[in-house]
Amino acid sequence: MLKRLLAAALACAASFAAHAEEVDPADWDQVLQQAQGQTVYFNAWGGAENINAYIEWAAGELKKRYKVTLKHVKLDDTAHAVATVVAEKAAGRDQGGSVDLVWINGENFAAMKERGLLFSPGWAENLPNWRYVDYENKPTITTDFTIPVEGLASPWGMAQLVFFYDSARMEAAKLPRNADELLAWAEANPGRFSYPQPPDFTGSSFLKQVLLEKADRSVLERPVDEEIFAEATKPLSDYLDALHKVAWRSGRAFPQNYPAMKQLLADGELDIIFAFNPAEASSAIANGELPDTVRSFTFPGGTLANTHFVAIPYNANAKAGALVTANFLISPEAQVRKEDPAYWGDPTVLSMDKLEPDARAAFASIDLGVATLKPEELAPALGEPHPSWMERIEDEWKRRYTAEN
Amino acid sequence: MLNRLGPTLTILLLTGPIAFGLAGTVLPALGFLPALDGMKFTLAHLRDLFSEPAILISAGLSLVAGVVTAFLSLLAVMLFVAGFAGTRAFGRVQHLVSPLLSLPHAAAAFALAFLIAPSGMLARLVSPEMTGWERPPDLLIVNDPMGLSMMAGLVVKEIPFLLLMTLAALPQVPLRETRMLTASLGYGRVAGFVLGSWPAIYRQIRLPVFAVIAFASSVVDVAMILGPTRTAPLAARLVTWMNDPDLSMRYLASAGALLQLAVTGLALAFWLGLERLGAALSKRAAIRGWRFNQDALLRAAGLAMMILSAGIVFAGLATLALWSFAGLWQFPDALPASFTLRTWMRMLPSILEPLQTTLLAGLLSTLIASVLAILCLMHEEETGRRPGRGALTLLYLPLLVPQVAFVFGLQLLLIYAGVLATLPALVLAHLVFVMPYAYLSLKEPWYAFDRRYDWIAASLGKGRARRFFSVRLPVMTRAVLTMAAVGFAVSVGLYLPTVLVGAGRLTTVTTEAVALASGGNGRVIGVYAFWQMLLPMMGFAVATFVPALIFRRFRGMQV
Amino acid sequence: MGEEGLFLDGVKIALGGRVLVELTREVPPGEVLTVMGPSGSGKSSLLAYLAGFLDPAFGASGRAWVDGIEITALPAEERHAGVLFQDPLLFPHMDVAGNLIFALPQSLKSRAARRAQAEAALEGVGLAGMGDRDPATLSGGQKARVALARVLLSAPRMLLLDEPFSKLDMELRQQMRTLVFDKARERGLPVLLVTHDEADAEAAGGEIVRIGS
Repeated sequence: MLKRLLAAALACAASFAAHAEEVDPADWDQVLQQAQGQTVYFNAWGGAENINAYIEWAAGELKKRYKVTLKHVKLDDTAHAVATVVAEKAAGRDQGGSVDLVWINGENFAAMKERGLLFSPGWAENLPNWRYVDYENKPTITTDFTIPVEGLASPWGMAQLVFFYDSARMEAAKLPRNADELLAWAEANPGRFSYPQPPDFTGSSFLKQVLLEKADRSVLERPVDEEIFAEATKPLSDYLDALHKVAWRSGRAFPQNYPAMKQLLADGELDIIFAFNPAEASSAIANGELPDTVRSFTFPGGTLANTHFVAIPYNANAKAGALVTANFLISPEAQVRKEDPAYWGDPTVLSMDKLEPDARAAFASIDLGVATLKPEELAPALGEPHPSWMERIEDEWKRRYTAEN
Repeated sequence: MLNRLGPTLTILLLTGPIAFGLAGTVLPALGFLPALDGMKFTLAHLRDLFSEPAILISAGLSLVAGVVTAFLSLLAVMLFVAGFAGTRAFGRVQHLVSPLLSLPHAAAAFALAFLIAPSGMLARLVSPEMTGWERPPDLLIVNDPMGLSMMAGLVVKEIPFLLLMTLAALPQVPLRETRMLTASLGYGRVAGFVLGSWPAIYRQIRLPVFAVIAFASSVVDVAMILGPTRTAPLAARLVTWMNDPDLSMRYLASAGALLQLAVTGLALAFWLGLERLGAALSKRAAIRGWRFNQDALLRAAGLAMMILSAGIVFAGLATLALWSFAGLWQFPDALPASFTLRTWMRMLPSILEPLQTTLLAGLLSTLIASVLAILCLMHEEETGRRPGRGALTLLYLPLLVPQVAFVFGLQLLLIYAGVLATLPALVLAHLVFVMPYAYLSLKEPWYAFDRRYDWIAASLGKGRARRFFSVRLPVMTRAVLTMAAVGFAVSVGLYLPTVLVGAGRLTTVTTEAVALASGGNGRVIGVYAFWQMLLPMMGFAVATFVPALIFRRFRGMQV
Repeated sequence: MGEEGLFLDGVKIALGGRVLVELTREVPPGEVLTVMGPSGSGKSSLLAYLAGFLDPAFGASGRAWVDGIEITALPAEERHAGVLFQDPLLFPHMDVAGNLIFALPQSLKSRAARRAQAEAALEGVGLAGMGDRDPATLSGGQKARVALARVLLSAPRMLLLDEPFSKLDMELRQQMRTLVFDKARERGLPVLLVTHDEADAEAAGGEIVRIGS
């Protein structure tokens, strides 16, 4: 520990020295040099063991290749990291901040961008591995929740809402094909469906899925207009009121997040669950967390999709180390491992067409698992509404459903 | 010289963080937060607080949890001591319950959750044969809106605490004589005890009871694991506001912390009312001459509550141990389909760092607290002044002021000082809570030491340091190590101070376990609960076996 | 002063404004001053005052000299007042030899020499070869003798005895009295004995002061 403290102190001193030189993402050789010996505090949600293990692996590789020490600061909510940077800015700590890299998207990204809390100008497109990124075909890489990314964050993985069920208990033919059918199914099978309690992001995503299906999408692309908010979200409220009556625990309690729902599916309490990662079910089966009879399905009309990113706070202590980390995370090697459900199962942000043949072969050889839909089986991607909608419907949810009634 | 510093340092260490922490909490609640240009007195934040949905329900839950937890725990302890003090069963139950004292609250809460949930061990054991349940019933048991399971989780942890405190008070009460007297007057065993001995015992354990009320009315970790989720208890909601990305939420969180202070204060005030009521009732019973000599049922209830509380936790811990080695384990199987070491292997790399932080923070805070406790006791002994009521209350202050109310403000100061999430800051925060327990646990044995040993050593020409290190410390090895084990156990179990001061960068097995709680993954939680249980136990094992080993040749050093 | 022996100059012990003891006396080397009184009379406090560990609740004044050194001006560990209580108070975490070696002045450095002195002291009280024993396994009389040997090894300037014989049975008590007073005479140590046992006072043979009656 003492050794570590000393190392941290030295790293601190080194980074202050580096500060004088400034970090220029365009001069990669210099970035690599500055990064050596730096400790990068990577603030990332730590609620899933497989993801934690993946980050552990990345830390080992970074140490080996670039002499960068990656520390995973496990958050239960990304809001933590944002709050830290906000607090540091308020306290005047414009250098040597405690967050070097943050796993982010949606309202947290929008908030940090709006408040000027991100390392700028845009650097992501200067990363050497950017050349593999499939920004042409994956619009959510350049526009996050309707907010232009502008290179202020580097893509890490893709996400899309996918549903899971246990084929041992349910017939594939009876699966709902949209939100309305899901409600009808829940009414026929009371107590067997629920969603994570907002503001958990999987739970909020479900609300947005319903909203996208039932509200005027053009309104959702713009910031919330209070005048029409009540009217625009009335279909959602009606839907939830009806759903809660027949939901798990009669809607008096909700699972706290996706892992909790997964456990409830395994225990046989829930029959249909959903995740924001198409490969989740397969990796859960591989880990013995779900029975191997679990399968995936989707809504043919489209499901919510987005990209998750890593970003660097404006006051990060180890910017060069953070850049090296971000670049490593979009290397074909790191992305192959990430897409493999044996490790994580998170879809890649890279374009198969841009990869060298052996990297492409590596992707092709991944066993996606029995429960994972093939990319062509996935529903069309529905873009996220403007982040202000997420905040407002979360508030509205809290207002309507916090109290027992 | 050094031991004159002891009490001063201790008072500073206890009151400093609390006073500054409260200031850092209360001022923003009233609009003062210079970092956000808050320079004007305003009640707007309090108004915002009360416009939060169902805030009064949250406050009410906390209030009720505080009073009910204390009442039930105290009732169980009272009935049990009344019915069984001096019997063989008493000793056995005491041995059964005592280990629970060192178990972190969060671990006990997990144990309960995995036992009583609809898919928990109890349901599995009786299903499907007796219930017909092929799948877990859709019953809201854990996280119930009334907080019943949360209160149960608190009660199973507070019973051992209050029992231990009662045991410490017992020798100062002429239990046998009083029992013989009341029995000769025709009172039942329980009534005789409650009317005859209890008032004197209760006076001794009043501060611990207040500490239970304060803790239960402001608990965060147990609330997150077992408490209502839709309308969470106040402290749990506060923590989410404290974590909000929007810094201006600090105002709301501060206002909430102020409300928490009021709620805990109200719970204590309500308890004072209950005390009066209890006194009046027992007076009335005495005047009327009610003898209550048919009290077999009451005694059985006392015994049952003790055994049940311990049994629940042990059974729950065993369930968690199974989970940590489980392969696929579907309902209603009572045992996993397969056993595997995979969870343990996979968790190993990620658990090392929290484990290291737990050990470091625990050992350092315990070391400092032990030194301070010894210095304080030396000072008292030398001046011949035992701490008065005031000093004792001061010592209990960190246990009486809700943690959320001052640690949050403390966090702000640590941010300003640029030491948030550093080991020294974490040790300081732990010290505030470790110190009182260290002092309280050493006090009795310290005064039980025969000072004539010290005088003999002095008359043999040995200076103060030599006397301390060659005579007093070795003779008191067991007591000192027990104090250290208590302090370490407290540190291991601390959740909120670790979360707020460690700020996610310094995590302990307890904060990691609670962070994973919401995922409901029994395998992972099982591994963490194991460490939560093991670390304090190791402390007590050291305190028991090390002196026995060092002094194995000396009969006078055995217990 | 320059005189040999113990000299008490206006030693006064009070508790809560009430004077318990007030004493001016001289105890020549090898002689015994016996202070008698019922319990609570302050006789043990007198002893504690001289040894340097009087409870601060008591008020005490007056001075005491031993061999011309004002001991009341010294901290307890520099007074070299050998104390025996009614319990032997052997340190439970050391063997018999350990107890004795602990008493030796630090000036004696060599381990072997310390060990040899302890052995000799044991022999002097008739317990040769018992150095390795756990004190808890000794009989009452043996413990008392080890305690005496321990006090003598610390090279005291005087002996302060607080009812040291009261817990021994009749026969042993007589033996110990003789042993203790003989050793004190042999070494020319002034002795202050507090007791409520007339037989102790008689055996001591010196002046008797009665207090608190």
